[in-house]
Amino acid sequence: MSSNLSRRELITTGLAGAAGAVGLGAAYRLADQYGLIPPDHGSLYGIGETLTYASQRVLMSHHSLSREFNRSEISKAFPINGPPPEDETYERLLGDNFFNWRLVVGGLVSRPGSFSLSQLKAWPSRSQITLHACEEGWSCIAEWTGVPLSYLLNAVGIHPPAKYVVFFPFDGSWDSLDMADAWHPQTLLAYGMNGEDVSVPHGAPIRLRVARQLGYKSVKYLSHIVVTDTLKNIGRGLGSISPEIGYSWYAGI
Amino acid sequence: MAESVHLLACAIEEPNDSRRHSLMVRITHWVHTLAFFGLLVSGIAILLAHPRLYWGETGSLGTTSLLDLPISFKLGHSGWGRYLHFLSAWLCVLTGLLYVLSGIFIGHFRKDLLPAKSDLAWSTILRTVSRSFQRRGFNKQEFFAYNWIQRLAYLSVIFVLFPLVIVTGLAMSPAITSVIPAIVTIFGGQQSARTVHFVVSILLVLFLFVHVVMICFSGFITRMRAMISGKVIADKSTTVRTRPWERT
Repeated sequence: MSSNLSRRELITTGLAGAAGAVGLGAAYRLADQYGLIPPDHGSLYGIGETLTYASQRVLMSHHSLSREFNRSEISKAFPINGPPPEDETYERLLGDNFFNWRLVVGGLVSRPGSFSLSQLKAWPSRSQITLHACEEGWSCIAEWTGVPLSYLLNAVGIHPPAKYVVFFPFDGSWDSLDMADAWHPQTLLAYGMNGEDVSVPHGAPIRLRVARQLGYKSVKYLSHIVVTDTLKNIGRGLGSISPEIGYSWYAGI
Repeated sequence: MAESVHLLACAIEEPNDSRRHSLMVRITHWVHTLAFFGLLVSGIAILLAHPRLYWGETGSLGTTSLLDLPISFKLGHSGWGRYLHFLSAWLCVLTGLLYVLSGIFIGHFRKDLLPAKSDLAWSTILRTVSRSFQRRGFNKQEFFAYNWIQRLAYLSVIFVLFPLVIVTGLAMSPAITSVIPAIVTIFGGQQSARTVHFVVSILLVLFLFVHVVMICFSGFITRMRAMISGKVIADKSTTVRTRPWERT
């Protein structure tokens, strides 16, 4: 084969390579403009993440609904990963059954505010029986009741440049969603699980439910929410604490 | 480009030529080797986090399992495992697509892998089977082309096992199943898809094992040279296929 490799072919290959590199650069900028580059794209693994995230966001409807199940399919056992937050404020709020707990919402919003549990419970609610798939490999079905996040976003008024909604729980971690999953009708601020209040091990008083991503995106023990146009200045700028400990930001897999 | 495609086509049209594998087959073979290794290592890392298999939609500790693998739970590897798994999966799928599309275009499947009509005659089938069991090695013709058992094995890996492992992989994605619920319901649920994904992976690893063993038996250096340079050297075939237990 090498004897057939003429100078012309070498030049053609070189030009094709250069064109490919320029094309990739242009494709990257275009993809970034349309929000198709995940915040944790910057490593070797990031190439796979970018392909997965971009192709799913391009090919899939932004509002495709996760499957919902019957009451009879609800799992009897629902494993718990990790202990509740060892945080003084959290323990104090738990002490009075979250009467003084407030969900603080800020960032790129017209009407920043803080909302009590009873206020959130008074808003329109949604109940859904969905599958919780853990990245470890197990899965469970439970019924979740809560306020659609979209209702809260409408209530506070999102500014147009907003690209992400960031969630801060009491346990020191943090995570974020893009607007496609933030506006998704099955994304809930859940206060009910299987007809009862969400218990402490499952994320009381409010946990996020993100039906179209793996379980770890459904952040427990919510404290405050920030709407933003960039994730670069939060933590190490990777979109959540997960990539800092080796897990991908986008978990739609 | 057109020139090189023409060259590849010529290589295939002349079965008695010393050319054994086309450039496209060789490139995709080695890229795929890399991708498969990445998938295997990361797949094991992911499995270690929960080495239990279930059937149906749900399954977790505290529910009945289908199979408890005799390995201990080992958390902390599934993060990089997943990153590497999807990077390798993209490499595997994109190379696979290139291989299948170019294979159709240059007639690779028709000429190299579909069993010939004469191969399907009972006498040929019995002869190949009996020769395989007698471990008599390969005849000269088989040095340049695959026999029908090899052809069927390759075809089922390319058109059954790989599509199945990809589909069951996608069936575990909560985002994909929200768009195409049937991709998971046809397997009977999320955990069933995971179990099928595991079983097909094991079959692929078994294929890889047999594939490598066969290469060692039929002359490791000659076969490696064939898959790297694309050529086999015919006059070496007699020495290569002589094995200690074979006396012809």
